[in-house]
Amino acid sequence: MSTYSLSDGLASGAPRTSRVPLLATWLRESGAGVLASVAWIAFGLSCLWWADVGDWSRTHSLGIAAFVIAAIALFGTVGVDYLGAAGQALHKRAPWLVALGAFLTVWEVATAKFAWLPLPFFPPPQAIIEVYTDDLPKLLDSVFASVKLQLGGYLIGATVGFLTGVSIGWSRAVGYWVHPVLRFIGPLPATAWLPIAFFTFPSSWSASTFLIALATGFPVTVLTWSGVASVSNAYYDVARTLGARPSFLVLKVAIPAALPHVFVGLFMGLGSSFAVLVVAEMIGVKAGLGWYLQWAQGWAAYANMYAALIVMSLLCSGAITLLFSIRDRLLVWQKGTVKW
Amino acid sequence: MVTAALAEIATHPAAGAALDIEQVSHAFDIDGTELPVLSDVSISVEPGEFVALLGPSGCGKSTLLRLVAGLDKPRAGRLREDESRIRSPHPSRVVVFQDPTLFPWRSVWDNVALGLEAQGILKSQRHRVDAALDLVGLSSFRKAYPHQLSGGMAQRVALARALVNDPKILILDEPLGKLDSLTRITMQAELVSLWQRKGFTTLLVTHDAEEALVLANRVIVFSDRPARVKADIRVDRPYPRHRGDPYLADLRRQILGLLGLDATW
Repeated sequence: MSTYSLSDGLASGAPRTSRVPLLATWLRESGAGVLASVAWIAFGLSCLWWADVGDWSRTHSLGIAAFVIAAIALFGTVGVDYLGAAGQALHKRAPWLVALGAFLTVWEVATAKFAWLPLPFFPPPQAIIEVYTDDLPKLLDSVFASVKLQLGGYLIGATVGFLTGVSIGWSRAVGYWVHPVLRFIGPLPATAWLPIAFFTFPSSWSASTFLIALATGFPVTVLTWSGVASVSNAYYDVARTLGARPSFLVLKVAIPAALPHVFVGLFMGLGSSFAVLVVAEMIGVKAGLGWYLQWAQGWAAYANMYAALIVMSLLCSGAITLLFSIRDRLLVWQKGTVKW
Repeated sequence: MVTAALAEIATHPAAGAALDIEQVSHAFDIDGTELPVLSDVSISVEPGEFVALLGPSGCGKSTLLRLVAGLDKPRAGRLREDESRIRSPHPSRVVVFQDPTLFPWRSVWDNVALGLEAQGILKSQRHRVDAALDLVGLSSFRKAYPHQLSGGMAQRVALARALVNDPKILILDEPLGKLDSLTRITMQAELVSLWQRKGFTTLLVTHDAEEALVLANRVIVFSDRPARVKADIRVDRPYPRHRGDPYLADLRRQILGLLGLDATW
């Protein structure tokens, strides 16, 4: 009898010891997802539990939306094995979802509910949502104007900068004349030209295009030039012995070899042209996100400013992502490139 | 595959050209002072010959190759390919350098296609690129990029890039110098068989006496800078040659003696 009870105890003990690690493993795997769900429920509750200190129309909808996100996070975590790539993507970003939910909760409580942060300078999340729903046409107009101006100026600046850089790098005569001009004018911040540009150009739009092109052109020129100049002579020797003419040396040797440098220039030019774009829109152009910011400030519409800032950062970041994906496509032969 | 490649080459017979180097002298300007590198060098190479240029490092052998390629012009003297003066580079004289210098932004196939593309005849001659890749045994790497290749493979691609032009004179500037010894021995054998099959004239710069003797019909020994021709040695042995051949060992001792290295033998 005693031997039976011993083996009974062993038999019932075995599954118990294996079940505990299973739960622990599940929690370790899915803890962040569950926590994300909790954080977003907290955000939803913080929206709906207390009354707003101000008059915002989207509080209720925002609370519901937070619950929806919490539900998605929870189901995504539980069903991660059945959701494939989407489930994996959610799993990878779960810690960020936790942080975001927590941040929004604190923000909601600190602004809309107890006004620990002074209003109207720190609007609550629902005020920013309200801008996107109620002021959408004007915001979209501004986005369109900004993108148009930026794209035109950037493309002109990048093209001119690239051609200038290749010419200086290739031809001694061009270098002799252009290099001093470049050294003298290039380092000048493009925004310093603003006052002059706005009265010499026929329209504020053409003036801004010029300034954006200038801000883009300088880094693109310098880096293209240094890229072309640093191409190893051995490449030219090889190409020449194989019967290459000068046009081939420029188009098929110098330019491809310089392309990694060119992309660094394009990246730097993009950054400085954003700065010029916003300043130009704030000062002279009566359209675009820079102008929208200025206009919102005039009306003390702080929620509109934050809303515009978020859109602006998405656009700038999107532009850089686009540039880098073009680069990755063109420079597949390169190893270990800069990550974005 | 190799036979197909051979048949391909047979349709483009590329017999070697004669090369005449007549009293060539050359110098470099370094900080205003003239540094002579070649002094009155005269060499006459028969069509289809395999000539090795041997000499102490830095003696000016590579400079001579650049002059033959037409990349630089000599200060004095004349160079001729089949009676026509060499004034500029031409795809009939292709150089394979010590570094493969493949274009890293081009795939293996596109690297080999470089010469035909530069001459504007790639569209109608694409099969020659495939044949050249077959010849060096790298057809399966046509889509690879240079950074994915080993040193020996990269040098093979460089060789294919030269051969695709059907050169009359193949100029080799220590092309095996940076390879490990096993790859080197394999590629020496490949070079000989390529040369035998295609019949181009070959100029090989090397500082390895054994390599010169295993590969060449003729070994030209240079003095220290400024380089002068010190000896012109005929190597009358059939291929494939054996490294342990006592005849070659004897020649090697002679050559090392000429280079002032007899004590090491």
